Amino acid sequence: MRIARLASAYLASRPLLTALNATMLALGVATITFLLLVTTQAEDRLTRDAKPVDLVVGAKGSPLQLILSTVFHADVPTGNIDLAQAQAIRRNPMIASAIPLALGDSFRGHRIVGTEASYLDLYGAKLAQGALFAGEMEAVVGSEVARRHGLAVGATLTGAHGLAAAGPAHEGHPYRVVGILAPSGTVVDRLVVTPVESVWHVHEEHAPPRPEITALLVRYATPLAAAMLPRAINANTAMQAASPAYESARLLDLAGVGVDTLRWFAVVLMASAALSLFVALTSALQERRYDLALLRTLGARPASLAALTLVEGVTLLVAGVILGLALGHGAAHALGLWLAGAGSWPLTGLVWVDGEAALVATVLATGALTCLVPAVQAYSSDPASLLAKR
Amino acid sequence: MSGPASAMLEIRGLRHDYAGRTVLAVPAWDVARGDASLVLGPSGSGKTTLLNVIAGLATPTAGTVRVAGADVTRLTPAQRDAYRARNVGLVLQTLHLIGVVSVRENLRLAQHLAGAAIDDRRIDEVLSSLAISGLAGARARDISVGEAQRVAIARAVVNRPALILADEPTSALDDANCEKALALLLEQAAACGATLLVATHDNRIRGRFDRRLEL
Repeated sequence: MRIARLASAYLASRPLLTALNATMLALGVATITFLLLVTTQAEDRLTRDAKPVDLVVGAKGSPLQLILSTVFHADVPTGNIDLAQAQAIRRNPMIASAIPLALGDSFRGHRIVGTEASYLDLYGAKLAQGALFAGEMEAVVGSEVARRHGLAVGATLTGAHGLAAAGPAHEGHPYRVVGILAPSGTVVDRLVVTPVESVWHVHEEHAPPRPEITALLVRYATPLAAAMLPRAINANTAMQAASPAYESARLLDLAGVGVDTLRWFAVVLMASAALSLFVALTSALQERRYDLALLRTLGARPASLAALTLVEGVTLLVAGVILGLALGHGAAHALGLWLAGAGSWPLTGLVWVDGEAALVATVLATGALTCLVPAVQAYSSDPASLLAKR
Repeated sequence: MSGPASAMLEIRGLRHDYAGRTVLAVPAWDVARGDASLVLGPSGSGKTTLLNVIAGLATPTAGTVRVAGADVTRLTPAQRDAYRARNVGLVLQTLHLIGVVSVRENLRLAQHLAGAAIDDRRIDEVLSSLAISGLAGARARDISVGEAQRVAIARAVVNRPALILADEPTSALDDANCEKALALLLEQAAACGATLLVATHDNRIRGRFDRRLEL
């Protein structure tokens, strides 16, 4: 206890150096914590949105674009497919369910999805208020859409062409909000959902002669379908089939390169922090070698001097880790608030993600090892030769 | 010379070599319990080494050093640390105190390291006997050299040691302070019945001691 008090007195006697050392450590910890929070939540989100859909059947083009547009609602569709052709696929016995999607318009940046009620079941979305759509131009809105735009049951909204908030509007075709969805933690929270017929109705002036939809969201009836169905569709029809699991893994791989780079950068940051901790402790040891000798003359055991150095280093370490976690979570939360303002996917700093425990353990272990070297020096210092040389 | 029964310190055939050179040689020297003795010699004559050996901070090349009958040179390092903490009070020339903590905390550290309970009443008693009660709360690095010397004496006697070893306690002080420090050292040693050894090359204090060892 007295040794710990002495260690804190030493730290307090050099406030600037102490603060700088803790801050250096904190920056490394904060960077990695931030990356962990953002990537974990992004991956969770992608996985949760992609999971209920085994296959998307849509117009030919980039498979990634098809998935981005129909599953994550973050891109424009690759085009439309013939309804009759799509219906033919629906009859395939390897398919458990196939939900049609008709896309095209958005409400203030929120996609308007023409589909069936089963689309909501796919994500387990439940009604919080009102009822499900029963006819054309009725819509249920996601919790996020309702919250941001103050929509209640009975309100009307009009779509605008495209995904951008300021596309050309379809003023003559208002939707009536008949239900508000409870938060589901999925993409549905940010959507306006309506029957396919509504979308056809809004676009009937420039409708093609045969009815079209944007895509089919398919669930397999048998694992065998994964091996056979995509190949059959891609080879034998004018449509393409893309797997959300595969495309989102590809997307994460692409983003992962950047994240890995940042992660290495953070590791370098932490290594330099560890080095600065080492330098600080070693120079402190040099500075107070007479103090240590004095403590020995008072009867202090070599182990007590090692403990003194260790306590000092570990105190800095723990302060740095706590500060770093606070900074990392704060930054993630700030980014989350900013993203929420921009209507993007939700991010919070108020959760504790899996990798953090391992991060803290690694930092503490590495730091403690770093402190061990000066501690051993303190342990093996010889007071008699120091006193005789003076 | 005193008989073995009342001897606090008995040195026989002591020799210490450093880098192939004999830096200290004391064939025989006895100091009686409660005596005040002077170790005289020029710089480099081994005064500090002798005190280090007696304090159990260094192991001599040859010889025995008995303190209250027990041979210090035979103790294990851990036993020596414990022996030093309980029996020896050290006063050094410039190396006085831990600067980053208060005067009181310096004395508490001495009590703690000696394995004794923290006794603030004893600390107050010692500080007041040295007329430095007002310094208790002051940070040790903020006080003057003369004050620090007194605090160092206070710390040396706070555990009521059997042996007080002072290494050049006065050479950093001016004549007036030298006289005062010496008087305090003698007075404090007498107050706790300790045997006092003062190693010095300071000729100003020769006359105050009857017993001397010339190195």
